[in-house]
Amino acid sequence: MAQSATGGKPVRDVGALRRLLTRPELAAVAGSILVFAFFAVVAGDYGFLTTAGAASYLEVAAQLGIVAVPVALLMIAGEFDLSVGSMVGAAGMIIAISVSEYGLPLLVGVLLAFAVALVVGFLNGYLVIKTGLPSFIVTLGMLFALRGLTIGFARLLTGRTQIGLGDSGSGVMQTLFAGSIGDFPVSIIWWFALAVLGTYVLQRTVFGNWIFGAGGDANAARNVGVPVSRVKITLFMCTAASAALLATIQVLDAGSADVLRGTLLELQAIAAAVIGGVLLTGGYGSVIGALFGALIFGMVQQGIFFTGVSTDWFQVFVGVMLLIAVMFNNVIRRRAAEAR
Amino acid sequence: MMANDTPLMEARGVSKYFGRVIALEDISMDVKAGQVTCLLGDNGAGKSTLIKIFSGVHQPTKGAMALDGEEVRFDSPRDAIDRGIATVFQDLAMIPLMGISRNFFIGREPTTGVGPFKRFDVKKADRITREELDKIGITLRDTTQPVSTLSGGERQSVAIARAVYFGAKILILDEPTSALGVKQSAMVLRYINRTRQQGIGVVFITHSVHHAYVIGDRYTVLSHGHSLGSYEKGEVSMAELEKLMAGGKELEKLEDELQGSGATNGASNEAARSEGSTSETVG
Ligand SMILES: Nc1ncnc2c1ncn2[C@@H]1O[C@H](COP(=O)(O)OP(=O)(O)OP(=O)(O)O)[C@@H](O)[C@H]1O
Ligand SMILES: [Mg+2]
Repeated sequence: MAQSATGGKPVRDVGALRRLLTRPELAAVAGSILVFAFFAVVAGDYGFLTTAGAASYLEVAAQLGIVAVPVALLMIAGEFDLSVGSMVGAAGMIIAISVSEYGLPLLVGVLLAFAVALVVGFLNGYLVIKTGLPSFIVTLGMLFALRGLTIGFARLLTGRTQIGLGDSGSGVMQTLFAGSIGDFPVSIIWWFALAVLGTYVLQRTVFGNWIFGAGGDANAARNVGVPVSRVKITLFMCTAASAALLATIQVLDAGSADVLRGTLLELQAIAAAVIGGVLLTGGYGSVIGALFGALIFGMVQQGIFFTGVSTDWFQVFVGVMLLIAVMFNNVIRRRAAEAR
Repeated sequence: MMANDTPLMEARGVSKYFGRVIALEDISMDVKAGQVTCLLGDNGAGKSTLIKIFSGVHQPTKGAMALDGEEVRFDSPRDAIDRGIATVFQDLAMIPLMGISRNFFIGREPTTGVGPFKRFDVKKADRITREELDKIGITLRDTTQPVSTLSGGERQSVAIARAVYFGAKILILDEPTSALGVKQSAMVLRYINRTRQQGIGVVFITHSVHHAYVIGDRYTVLSHGHSLGSYEKGEVSMAELEKLMAGGKELEKLEDELQGSGATNGASNEAARSEGSTSETVG
């Protein structure tokens, strides 16, 4: 129509490249390439470029990424979960105590851990919705409470804070969670699978549309009929469940649980999501970005390890990366919001 | 065709308090099929609050809502939407960073596939969004561009197109023309007219007495949370309507003149409010 609001306006054809340059995960993908190139040069001679090297940084990335994927979804929905790290510790302890102290089958221990995680996730979500307090505060409370409960109960029930799994000998479970294909642990497959699933849900399902809506403007979304509370509670349950999955993988891999497992994981997961282009205030971001965010973490951590430089420098590197990525992401987002 | 005297929707003595704030006090009005009911009143009169009760955002503190003569209670906007009430909110209820077609369908997404493979039908959403916006005079190049890239008027048009597209029985528009130019406003009024002709009940909030007079069949005027009465189109002139919309102060002056009492112009809110409650008999 000639008199239309935009139709009559002269427009530049910006094309596919420009569109690509406004993707939220751009910084994380570019960052991954840069970090890889950097360590290929610096640590290439020390094994960074071997399959074993790749397996080692992919494993680190996978363990973070398994949690970072649902954390990214939750952040896009406008909420934080600071309790995932404590949840990893708690879930690991539940598995180890059920198996080694109470002689329950491994599968039962794992199911128990997932059940507790889902309850904790539900509680997080329910408290956030009911109290109207920021999830940052509610889950910060849960971070302390859960860690405290884990340590307290571990001491109470076993007198220890580290518990071996004993001889579990459950072949299927071992293969499923702690097996490997060549040099590569299966956790990498879990990570990719979750990222693919997360991307599908976010981009292609109705629930995904609701996630963007809940985070973009919860009130507006509610007014057009989105069950915002249900969306958020579901995602809190997903982040907690991902922590239980990671705990299962870690416990079976290490053969033991430790009450301090997962310490600082919540912040790393948020950092991975933010590097991946997720907006801190919600409503914008991608799961693929979070996948690459986790990959960057893995490559930096293992890359520094391979170079032989003290791993103390890892955190400096991560901190700088985070700042650069966030500044970069701001530019991209502003451009996306203007792109016609 | 539905008989004109069966209201599609009624507010029966609805009051709404926010803590100590009395946003609405004992409001009764009804919405009839195939008619445009204009809701008029000054800023802060309670218009938006009332239609938020209609659309399930708020629940009345006192009184009740009725659909087709039957009392109902909407616990959420979803309930109202499911009962066929579509609303364009004053703040438009759009998600700024989300694409236009995703915004258009949020809450009522078309799906394709079955069972666990049921997914958001992005193609269909894009196509319908394009078609519907074409109808209201907006041609899109890219339906995935964020709503934040649209002008205020374009955004308003998208919100209206969305509500009309989904509007089953009742369409509520809260100041839909406030950000629009003359041409776009005329487009919206034409839209409202077409909707009315389809037998849909329209609630139209506006500050423009011209728009109200052109399109409205009936008028309900609010002032400070009270109703100044409901009028049929033939009952009031545009000038009278304008005076009513000013919120009672003007009306009081008018009444004073008629009674020849010659009271001062400095009517306080208190006076305006008491005026509001008696004016129904005057009208
Ligand atoms: N959620 C709320 N909490 C407290 N007070 C509220 C709330 N919503 C509305 N109010 C109050 O209720 C009164 C009526 O507000 P409302 O938004 O319904 O007015 P309005 O007639 O739509 O005005 P406008 O023409 O400016 O849009 C105002 O005094 C407002 O401050
Ligand atoms: Mg209003």
